[in-house]
Amino acid sequence: MKAIPHSPLEPTSLAKWFAGIIVIGYAVISLVPLAWIFMTSFRTPEDAIAYPPKIVAKPSLIGYVNLFTTRSRVGADEMAALPPPKTWYESLVREQQMILAGPSRFSDRYTNSLLIGFGSTFLSIVLGTLAAYAFSRFRVPGKDDWLFFILSTRMMPPIAIAIPVYLMFRQLGLNDTHVGLILLYTVVNLSLAVWLLQGFMDEIPKEYEEAAMVDGYTRWQAFLKVVLPQAATGIATTSIFCLIFAWNEYAFALLLTSGTAQTAPPFIPTIIGEGGLDWPAMAAGTTLFLLPVLVFTVLLRKHLLRGVTFGAIRK
Amino acid sequence: MKPRVFTQWAQPAAAVPAANLPEPVGGNAHRASGPVSGQRPLLARQGLSDRALAWLFVGPTVALLLAFNIFPTLWTVYLSFTNYRANHPNSEVVWQGLSNYKRVLNDEAVWEHLSVTAHFLCTSIALQLVLGFGLALLLNRKFRSHSFWSTAILLPMMLAPAVVGTFWKYFFEPQYGIFNAIFRFFGASGDFTMLGSTQLSPWAIVIVDTWMWTPYVMLLLLAGLRSIPPYLYEAAEIDRASEWTKFWRITLPMVMPFILLALLFRSIENFKMFDLVDNLTNGGPGSVTELASIALKREAFEKWRTGYASAFAIILFVAIYGMSMVTVNFLNKVKQR
Repeated sequence: MKAIPHSPLEPTSLAKWFAGIIVIGYAVISLVPLAWIFMTSFRTPEDAIAYPPKIVAKPSLIGYVNLFTTRSRVGADEMAALPPPKTWYESLVREQQMILAGPSRFSDRYTNSLLIGFGSTFLSIVLGTLAAYAFSRFRVPGKDDWLFFILSTRMMPPIAIAIPVYLMFRQLGLNDTHVGLILLYTVVNLSLAVWLLQGFMDEIPKEYEEAAMVDGYTRWQAFLKVVLPQAATGIATTSIFCLIFAWNEYAFALLLTSGTAQTAPPFIPTIIGEGGLDWPAMAAGTTLFLLPVLVFTVLLRKHLLRGVTFGAIRK
Repeated sequence: MKPRVFTQWAQPAAAVPAANLPEPVGGNAHRASGPVSGQRPLLARQGLSDRALAWLFVGPTVALLLAFNIFPTLWTVYLSFTNYRANHPNSEVVWQGLSNYKRVLNDEAVWEHLSVTAHFLCTSIALQLVLGFGLALLLNRKFRSHSFWSTAILLPMMLAPAVVGTFWKYFFEPQYGIFNAIFRFFGASGDFTMLGSTQLSPWAIVIVDTWMWTPYVMLLLLAGLRSIPPYLYEAAEIDRASEWTKFWRITLPMVMPFILLALLFRSIENFKMFDLVDNLTNGGPGSVTELASIALKREAFEKWRTGYASAFAIILFVAIYGMSMVTVNFLNKVKQR
């Protein structure tokens, strides 16, 4: 066999194999919980609490049906007197000796999550882009303290902020409203958004705008037509980070909302079936809730580091 | 391009990596027009002065932060000196001076919660650093498909901690949970109840937090490893340094700022940990997993002792702040070397 010329810095192929096996092993084990949630969402409530746990179970959509509906139990005589079920999900409900009582609140909670997530992301990106541009191009007092400011706002436990915000919202009538939560999430995201966006803007050479301004653009036009298109990737990355934060946030949503504006995270743990927690329905809700984030993570993978370290590490 | 640690504490405006920027359309044409000699100053042609524009751009952000960030913080400070109770908004508010602070610091339960928090903080972060560093070292060997697997490993840290906590309750279930089933599969007697036993449940929250956040540490340290210039290893190779020496003399010192940064961010996050543990154990059994944040929520929103809770919150903030300052100072020292 011919010896392959090999740089002393390049790991040997044995070393690579070893590394690969351990890393893949870790990845597979750490993904088991996620796979299990997904599988549970397609099980019947009985299979979900089988002892010992089943690896393969007959697939069922009961979890998803139970997630979106409320049901009530009826006696056998009453059941026999009912007209035959009209839809596939109604027959799934009947199989559990129950009848449909109406839609559940899950779709409302999910819509709230979407509304509040996108609303607050939009606001923090619009305001954040403007502020970041000013920080990047003009002399603004206090600019150097910004990262420190962000870090110190992150040091406040969420409950500590929730106390005065709860009182403030009560005065302003913003408790349990979409506007209240959108404003709060915007503020929490804003400092991070400004910092991340400023990093992206710093990477756009000033000469581009100066050239445009020599050609007769005003500063505002140069900002709109030259800087914004250049910053598109950075803006997209930052928006996804803001969106994920608002999507995953739990403490504020738990304490500041109850009926109308509640988002999905405080709702999912409370999905209850007969005789305890309805695991397949909860798994179904969790699957629907986690999917968008999984997609975004894959899209973001190149910029993930920058976002999760508040821009302290740039690649 | 080499990843570098950019922190305001050390090097605010570091060199701009411009290599990944697209060439502007017609950008060269402007420069080709020659030195701008007899031109009017740029300002003359603008609608608004830069100064006005700067204020206009920064204004809304500063206003929002003042209203919903600075003001509430100051209000918490004010409340911490009073006997205010949020469920009795109309009763008289009495200024109590430092008595809330004295009561918090003399409360044995508070010290209990702080020690639970300290145990959680130290064990989970130590585990995450060891596992994360190991994974980063292995991933840095760039085996085939390494980038796919590194993305797969990152997934847990992006999920909602509240939902993660809820589902781990299902996994830890003694009979039908998979955690015990896996132990039974390997022959252990799988009768232990992770969330029901006072000995095991502090470790249950450590396990879940480690599962969730090891990827974060790995991501940071991998960036650290990739920032090491290869010529250091080439020089070491020429000097016939052993692998061991290379690790202690090159790898570890060069990655140190990244390790400290991971330590900083993880310790801030875990000190104020709430959503995951609130759903996983809700502080129980008894109060063996009642972290400071969970105790704070009970005081503020269940017992409605708003003044007392505010004082507790301020104390926690000061503790987190102090801990972070120590790490940041250490980070700056390491980076200056």
